Amino acid sequence: MGENADQFFVNLQHWLVGHVPASLQSIVSALLSVVAILVVFASLFAITTVLERKGLGRIQNRYGPNRVGPFGFLQPIADGIKSLTKEDIVPLAADKAVHFLAPVVLVLAAFSLYAVLPIGRNMVLANLDAGVLFFFAVSSVMELTIFMAGWSSRNKYSLLGAMRAIAQMISYEVPLILASVTVIMAAGSLSTVAIVEKQAGYTGILPHWFVFTPWGFAGFVIFMIAATAESNRSPFDLPEGESEIIAGYYIEYSGFKFALFFLGEYLGMFAISGLGITLFLGGWTAPLSFLTWIPSYLWFLGKLLAMIVVFIWVRGTLPRLRMDQLMNFAWKFMLPMALLNLVTAGVWRFLPEGVLRWIVCSLLVVVPYVLLGRGLMRGWKLEKRVYRFAE
Amino acid sequence: MLGEGIAKGLVETARNFFGSYVSKDRLTTVQYPEERLPQIEATRDFPFLVYDGDDWQAGMRCVGCQICEKECPPKCIYIEKSKDKKPDAVGKPQFYPAVFNIDVSVCMSCQICVEVCPFEAIKMDTEFELSTTDRFGGLLWDKARLSKSNAYYGKIHPTDAAASGAVLAEEKAKVEAKAKAAAEIKVNPTLADAVVKHG
Repeated sequence: MGENADQFFVNLQHWLVGHVPASLQSIVSALLSVVAILVVFASLFAITTVLERKGLGRIQNRYGPNRVGPFGFLQPIADGIKSLTKEDIVPLAADKAVHFLAPVVLVLAAFSLYAVLPIGRNMVLANLDAGVLFFFAVSSVMELTIFMAGWSSRNKYSLLGAMRAIAQMISYEVPLILASVTVIMAAGSLSTVAIVEKQAGYTGILPHWFVFTPWGFAGFVIFMIAATAESNRSPFDLPEGESEIIAGYYIEYSGFKFALFFLGEYLGMFAISGLGITLFLGGWTAPLSFLTWIPSYLWFLGKLLAMIVVFIWVRGTLPRLRMDQLMNFAWKFMLPMALLNLVTAGVWRFLPEGVLRWIVCSLLVVVPYVLLGRGLMRGWKLEKRVYRFAE
Repeated sequence: MLGEGIAKGLVETARNFFGSYVSKDRLTTVQYPEERLPQIEATRDFPFLVYDGDDWQAGMRCVGCQICEKECPPKCIYIEKSKDKKPDAVGKPQFYPAVFNIDVSVCMSCQICVEVCPFEAIKMDTEFELSTTDRFGGLLWDKARLSKSNAYYGKIHPTDAAASGAVLAEEKAKVEAKAKAAAEIKVNPTLADAVVKHG
């Protein structure tokens, strides 16, 4: 029964494809997968917006949206209708074509990221040999769309926002990719499917996830921090800092184009969480060996929801960073940690299995963390602020 | 160590998150249409006309003196005096307003009309759910819409209503005493000279 449930969607697709002529089978099969991804992740976006608003509300001791439908869960429909009926304003001086293309390309790029994510056993749209590479290549298109939006709006604020966004995303892409490289080293493959299969075994009841190694844990934390910055989420949401640049690069977008930006940003966040799950958290594999009877896609979805919860929790906790803090953190802490982590992963690979390699690798992670952290915090003294002129 | 503060913050927000489900005291939101806060006594928004008794036309305190119309800073009051007279709150025959309109879209809730009214006839209301689909006619309130009973006034502003009631009672007593005196004068003409002499 477990096997059947696990392969239900795969079998369903095979059964449906069996009804069309052989010449069309491959394209119909691909279309079915695409439609499934569009439906599942777009509705996940809708659910996440409600959950995020409710969660943030509770963190701030408020109720959050609770009027539309049962417990406010139909709020995204209301939001969708609202953004569809709003006036779509394009600035007179804007580069109209690019201004229109930016949100469209963003959403397209965000959706194509899911092509290489293995959502369950045998459930991947395209098992590319260079899957991880494809993922990073497409996610850099998302950066380009942000620049398109900022540039084409012909607005100082949007240009400044785009500049900030590009600076931030390029800075954090370095540790993001370096953290992923450790996994590629360990798995010996760029294919996301192969990486998940490498983590599918169990020792006793514990899984072989990369996050349960010293370098994997450090890599996962670096990856997640960089992913937060990549998806422009709090505390790295400087590109849209209301207090300084209003709404950043999408200041000149209204109505459904704005909603598309919103959608693209959330889809990017889910996709990068999905990559983090694939690389470090064992993809669709069960966390304990006796739980493998639960279908693999449910594990993936559960892990994705857990990641989203963490994103929301962090957003509700941390204030926005300053630009110099952001850059210092990227180049003075994340980059050295990611580079050292590469060494740690290599040491782990070449030391014999046993306690020694755990001690050595843990020290290789913890000592630089403490030292770099101390260096980063040097000169910080929290004291009561003195107002010289106001009193 | 780096990250300590972040961990502390995460614990704090988690405590808020779960606490808001456990203890209702944490949630300060009042779910407005269903739940309401008790109204503060000093609340005021737009003026209304007070009437005594049950019939708003017979009990109307306003005598159409037009002082409020003249004093109103944004000129939102419009009054037309009546031709005939009717007894007012203290029993004197007086004019009454044939038309009394307030444009609440112009009114700035300054309460000056209340301050200047010598007849305790105009007071400030506390009703705030006033939205309307007709922004011209719906916000121009006529005499019928403006009239509210003295009992209602006592309910929304108990302290002020008591003070205003006392003033009216005193005046009414004075008027009655005068009437009584006048009646006595009619009976006893020699007293009339005394009244004239002593003022």
